[in-house]
Amino acid sequence: MTEPLVILSGVVKRFGDFTAVHRLDLEIAAGEFVAIMGPSGCGKTTTLRMIAGLEVPTEGEVRIGGRLMNAVPVHERDTPMVWQSLALFPFLNARENVEFGLRMRGIGAAERRRRAVQWLERLEIGEFADRNVETLSGGQRQRVALARALVTEPQILLLDEPLSALDAHLIVRMQGVLTRLQRELGITFVYVTHSQSEAFALADRVVIMSRGRIVQVGRPREIYRAPANRFVAEFVGRNNILSGISRGDAIETALGTFPAAGLPAADEPATLVVAADLVRIGRTPSEGAIPCTLISEEFVGATVTLFLEAADGTELKAQLPERALGDLNLHAGGRFHLSWPADAGHVLAEG
Amino acid sequence: MSARIATALLLGWLLLVFVFIFAPILASVVFSFNSDRFPTIPLGSFTTRWYDTIFADPEIGEAARTSIVVSLSTSVIATTLGFATAYTDYRYNFRFKGPYLALILLPPTIPLIIMALAMLAWLSWIGASGQLWSIIIAHSVLTAPFAMAIIRLRLNQIDPNLEAAAWNLGSSEWKALRSVILPFCRPAIISAACLTAAVSFDEFVVAWFVSGLNKTVPVIILEIVQGNIDPQVNAIGSLVFLTSITLVVLAQVFFISRISRT
Repeated sequence: MTEPLVILSGVVKRFGDFTAVHRLDLEIAAGEFVAIMGPSGCGKTTTLRMIAGLEVPTEGEVRIGGRLMNAVPVHERDTPMVWQSLALFPFLNARENVEFGLRMRGIGAAERRRRAVQWLERLEIGEFADRNVETLSGGQRQRVALARALVTEPQILLLDEPLSALDAHLIVRMQGVLTRLQRELGITFVYVTHSQSEAFALADRVVIMSRGRIVQVGRPREIYRAPANRFVAEFVGRNNILSGISRGDAIETALGTFPAAGLPAADEPATLVVAADLVRIGRTPSEGAIPCTLISEEFVGATVTLFLEAADGTELKAQLPERALGDLNLHAGGRFHLSWPADAGHVLAEG
Repeated sequence: MSARIATALLLGWLLLVFVFIFAPILASVVFSFNSDRFPTIPLGSFTTRWYDTIFADPEIGEAARTSIVVSLSTSVIATTLGFATAYTDYRYNFRFKGPYLALILLPPTIPLIIMALAMLAWLSWIGASGQLWSIIIAHSVLTAPFAMAIIRLRLNQIDPNLEAAAWNLGSSEWKALRSVILPFCRPAIISAACLTAAVSFDEFVVAWFVSGLNKTVPVIILEIVQGNIDPQVNAIGSLVFLTSITLVVLAQVFFISRISRT
């Protein structure tokens, strides 16, 4: 295996008394699309800014392409970034914005212009080259920002919540643009987001952070189906989380005892995680099913999430295709029975 | 219906306010073209005589040149200082930043006469009184806070990532200052230059104290008025007003147009 492009080892970042990043170790391969995801304040943006050199680690090392970068100033790094605010230069037109990085490298005007126009055309906004960036739409400005970052042909592109200001339908289109670009260029993308759908749709590998620490790294499907701990189970997807005690081949919880694989030794605390989309719901009681009451439903189109409450007040969720709802006769306060296949549960060895 | 009356009344009131402000200046302009020696009604005939005499007067010409040199130099120095302090405030956080800003913004709050006396005392103590550049120094101190306030307003509108974006694209801090911060602030810098030039051009009290033999236009006006009633004053006053209002309007055009755009 070749050496990773980016290596963060033992990286700590403190701002005064506040520790934004605790002893973080992360390796990012060349050509990989990595998403760093977590709630706000988890240290994901600080981590990205340390790769860009906008923050200097308090402790630890940042290496890019084998070179120790801690003392290398921002402008000597060639780690262009797409900013959440886009940070386009308002006094320059679209083409001049894209030319900026080339101008700073002392490339001649004609060559600069040629390469900038080429990039604008590649991103299908060639016709707006001479427009003031403030008159462009959100999607067009996004493309200018991408062209501006990529025009210098870097080995790595950093993206800090780049799509958060766009309308929902544009987000999906821009995701397509990003995926295609990354495949075509074969360079590393490091993408910071709080959005699960963006991270899972785009990345080869997702890094989940919480309170300045990495809590899980894995492929999107692994993280979705096998969260490593309670935080990830709560943060990612829609999961039913039941704490209990291991009985060896089953877990005893307040709602009943459920068979499950991968449990810790008997009498150890354990937690059962059942993804909402694996839950079965029925009107009639059955063996091992949990009786509960419908509280509310969240309709998003193709799928519907039902929020229910068990007799002891535990909140449960079930996610179904919209077309499967027909004969359930949903109404708040309705009585239902939840169950799941024995292999649907994912066990965490914690209480 | 009553709304329309209210609007008409308010417009009338606005008109009155403008008349109140501009009537004296207008009167001065009218009398500057009046052939009579005394500013009385009915008016005499139209004449440009007073303009001819002031343009022919070497002392007034000298004062005009002094004023132009002083206001241009002041404008450059004060705007540079103003930009530097505004940028320091924008870019850096440090202990005692509050007192630092308060000190910078202090000069306009000091009564002009106190400022003038202090300047005179200080400049003569360091052996720099009565020189052309004594006025320039004094005016720069006086007007730099205005320049700083205007440029600071502009910097408050900047996307905080804009400068970092320039570094990120390969520009050193100096290059980013030149290729991002300065172009971004350009409208405010032009406004500040116009406004500080206008304030310096009109300023009398400090100029009178520290100018020595290098009289500026406002100082000459006072000397003429002290002697006798002379319609030349109206002519000079009209020209000074024209200069100042042009500079102020330019400052407004550059600044207001930018503020309303963002």
